[in-house]
Amino acid sequence: MSVFDAAKQAAQGLVQGVVQGAMEKLVPLAPDSWIPGGVPDPLIARKHGLIGKPVSRLDGVHKVSGTAAFAAEYRFDGMVYAALVYSTIPKGRIAAIDSAQAEAAPGVVLVMTHHNAPRLNPMPMFGSSPSAVGATDLPIMQDGVIHWNGQPVVCVLAETQEQADHAASLVHVTFDETPAVTSLAEAQANGVEQGQFMGAPLLDEVGDAEAAFAAAPHRVDQTYRTPRHNHNPIEPHAATLAWIGDRLVIHDASQMVTQQAQNMAQIFGLDPEQVHLTSPYVGGGFGSKGLWNHQVIGAAAAKLAGRPVRIALSREGVYRVVGGRAITQQRVAIGAKADGTFDALIHTGLSTMPPHGTMPEPFILGSQAMYGADTMLLKVEVGRMDTLANTFMRAPGEAVGTFALESAIDELADSLGIDPVELRIRNEPEKDPIKGTPFSSRHIVEAWRTGADRFGWADRPETPGSRRDGEWHVGMGCAMGTYPYYRMPGAEARITLTREGDTVRAKVEIAAAEMGMGTATTTAIVAAERLGLPLEQVDIAYGDSAIPGAIMAGGSQQTAAIGAAVIAAHNALVEELLKLAGNDSPLSGASADEVGSEAGGLARLDNPDAKETYVSILARAQRGDLSVTKAGSAPLETMHWSMHSYSALFCEVRVNAVTGEVRVSRFLGSFDCGRILNPKTALSQFRGGIIMGLGMALMEETQLDERNGRIANASMAEYHLPVHLDVPEIDVIWTDIPDPHAPMGAHGIGEIGITGVAAAVANAIYNATGKRIRDLPITLDKLL
Amino acid sequence: MSLFVNGAQVPAPTDPRVSLLDHLREGLHLTGTKKGCNQGACGACTVLVDGERILSCLALAVQFDGRQITTIEGLASEEGLHPLQAAFIEHDGFQCGYCTPGQICSAIGMAAEAQRGVPSHVTDDLGGTITLTREEIQERMSGNLCRCGAHNGIVEAIQAVLVEGVPA
Repeated sequence: MSVFDAAKQAAQGLVQGVVQGAMEKLVPLAPDSWIPGGVPDPLIARKHGLIGKPVSRLDGVHKVSGTAAFAAEYRFDGMVYAALVYSTIPKGRIAAIDSAQAEAAPGVVLVMTHHNAPRLNPMPMFGSSPSAVGATDLPIMQDGVIHWNGQPVVCVLAETQEQADHAASLVHVTFDETPAVTSLAEAQANGVEQGQFMGAPLLDEVGDAEAAFAAAPHRVDQTYRTPRHNHNPIEPHAATLAWIGDRLVIHDASQMVTQQAQNMAQIFGLDPEQVHLTSPYVGGGFGSKGLWNHQVIGAAAAKLAGRPVRIALSREGVYRVVGGRAITQQRVAIGAKADGTFDALIHTGLSTMPPHGTMPEPFILGSQAMYGADTMLLKVEVGRMDTLANTFMRAPGEAVGTFALESAIDELADSLGIDPVELRIRNEPEKDPIKGTPFSSRHIVEAWRTGADRFGWADRPETPGSRRDGEWHVGMGCAMGTYPYYRMPGAEARITLTREGDTVRAKVEIAAAEMGMGTATTTAIVAAERLGLPLEQVDIAYGDSAIPGAIMAGGSQQTAAIGAAVIAAHNALVEELLKLAGNDSPLSGASADEVGSEAGGLARLDNPDAKETYVSILARAQRGDLSVTKAGSAPLETMHWSMHSYSALFCEVRVNAVTGEVRVSRFLGSFDCGRILNPKTALSQFRGGIIMGLGMALMEETQLDERNGRIANASMAEYHLPVHLDVPEIDVIWTDIPDPHAPMGAHGIGEIGITGVAAAVANAIYNATGKRIRDLPITLDKLL
Repeated sequence: MSLFVNGAQVPAPTDPRVSLLDHLREGLHLTGTKKGCNQGACGACTVLVDGERILSCLALAVQFDGRQITTIEGLASEEGLHPLQAAFIEHDGFQCGYCTPGQICSAIGMAAEAQRGVPSHVTDDLGGTITLTREEIQERMSGNLCRCGAHNGIVEAIQAVLVEGVPA
């Protein structure tokens, strides 16, 4: 039975004698939880609505016209500009700060150091409470102790940015340096620890994998390396902020709006409602647009100076203040039978974090749900280095972990003489390999088959290095990705219906962040469908800490979190509407589960002619508006099912035989991510992830100077990103099979796109050249 | 001295150190022009000066006495969005929108360069007429970084308007 049938049957079970035609138009209320025995979201069964139609993003006009206001584009009267001075040593103490020249420079309002900064509480460190989002809890300009090379040590405020920058250059700081760990070898020599992630050890064991591996007839056992990465959103991190009375108003660039407001309140000893943070537009985040030192320093300096402050980090400043992805060194060992099925899957290795950090790069996360194996050992160990705290970067764990795992699978396929697509399908698990729970919706085999067909995989050169086109080697590779479905608690939605003459508008408010994923547009589509209103009558508000609830644009979970909150609020709204409708309504006596939404109102499911519009209900009740706020249900679905997004990726490369230059000539992503809500914005999410993966494969590397722990390429000229000419035409297809156990049947799509891409490229390069590169990025020197 | 931005005369900065970018954003409050790197590496600050694209972060405002500067705010007309602005929406040529003003201004300047016969690294016939193939567009737009990965949509939008449709 397909999920469509399941949804239809379930809906039919609710109401006797349902009219099929009416069902096409009427949308019953959605369930508010997804547990065994429950019913799917009725939107899954809806075929003729907005869902699945390409809708241009609603904020598009503002973005192409230059009227979308980003954090560094707000103004306050009397605002001054900040410039920072950074530590040039990795560890030690500030010996002296000579700021006399700076203080005397034109326009300077304040020079703030640890001597005069206001006393602050530590930043709430990630994991210490549900709302804590700080990457560390280190004191910020409180004690003169240096923890990383690039730590801000002085903040200058001046009337203009030019004056602030100039004055900052006049500050002379001297340091007493103490020995620091700034190389991976030193960190390893000092001993490594078991890595933790989200409060649990990064360790999974099924059987005795090492013994099974040793006994296996076919084996690969290799080490793979990935470098540090930086997110590099094109908008540098910035905040424009002011103390207004005893309130702190912050215009920030944030992907965790409410949490950052709460954290700032805690740091400054305020009540949460004393901090108002807005972030309606975010110029890219990818995990980086969180709470770092600069917002705290800006607010502290504003308090000290009694002036509003704009603190816009320079591009170099972003590298000094905002952490990136940590380095990894991974072992993948696979023991297999002659038919390719796995006896043992071992994925272990090392990442790093500073003594004050919260997470190593959790590179085994993807391996937890990829393949069935009789035995498994997955383990991340961590070495400590005196650096800026690393953090989440798009698909933390999966992005780099799949490079190792999926390269090793390719190596095994090559040695066994089995097609790598076939080898993966042979190791498809029947249930979650670690948790043992059933899959909610996993159609990766279908994604493999349709992807291979469309890409022309059958035309892949069988022998590596065998196809030439002039001076170019040509080859094809593939790889797989998984990324978990998450739905974090805390999301709320407020829906307000407002009567405007003989029509009605709906406003949906969610404390979400929109960095360009298309969240606002998708939320409007889903809300319009639930309410039975045209898109034009639905407004979405987000990116404001004054909105109830807390939603994070992280873990690819925002759409699910918003979806469940909107369901809860919508169900409550319908109950309120039925109360208002009263006995004079055609809906009289109906309970919420007996009605559906249709054409600007409600109708009885068993008698669609018995209906009343929202306008009519509100007017008769003499109400101008009706507003409800509700939290989404607890995310119980992830306890019962193994839920993931999946990808099957295909890549064609051309490698120049003379120069070693790699050109990706074709790429196809075949995705299984539940129902795709808005194909237009979803396509961009998938492609965007893939392109970031191409960068990871071929060019991206944050270069740490191991002598002093300083990032050597702290600029967009020296940290290479994919540019237009690096990006091939990228074909994207999806199964579009709804998950009956998820709101809207949808899985997250923000991070699955990057996952597996680097391996697909590396495997294609092997197919093209016969050279196996296990060390990212695959720059041309490694191919000569 | 006098600067002209989007057809209107505007004051010049009093501090000669002010870049054209900072003057637009902080002096004139025209924040549509974006600051991504402030060192000429990302292209987010691209504006048109007498129809040619320049990086406004690498230009001092006081250099532009009497010149006509066009920013993203100056592209739409009374009839509505510039066709390229509309095409960026239609082809989803952006996600976060931060590099978008620079991409659009750069594309308009690029099309004019091609029309003038200015060759690029990938042009075969250096003396011939320039056809804006996909590869030509990609090469000529490679100075405008996009981190969201909207490259495919950007190139499609440019092709739709500046190659297949009406010239800018």
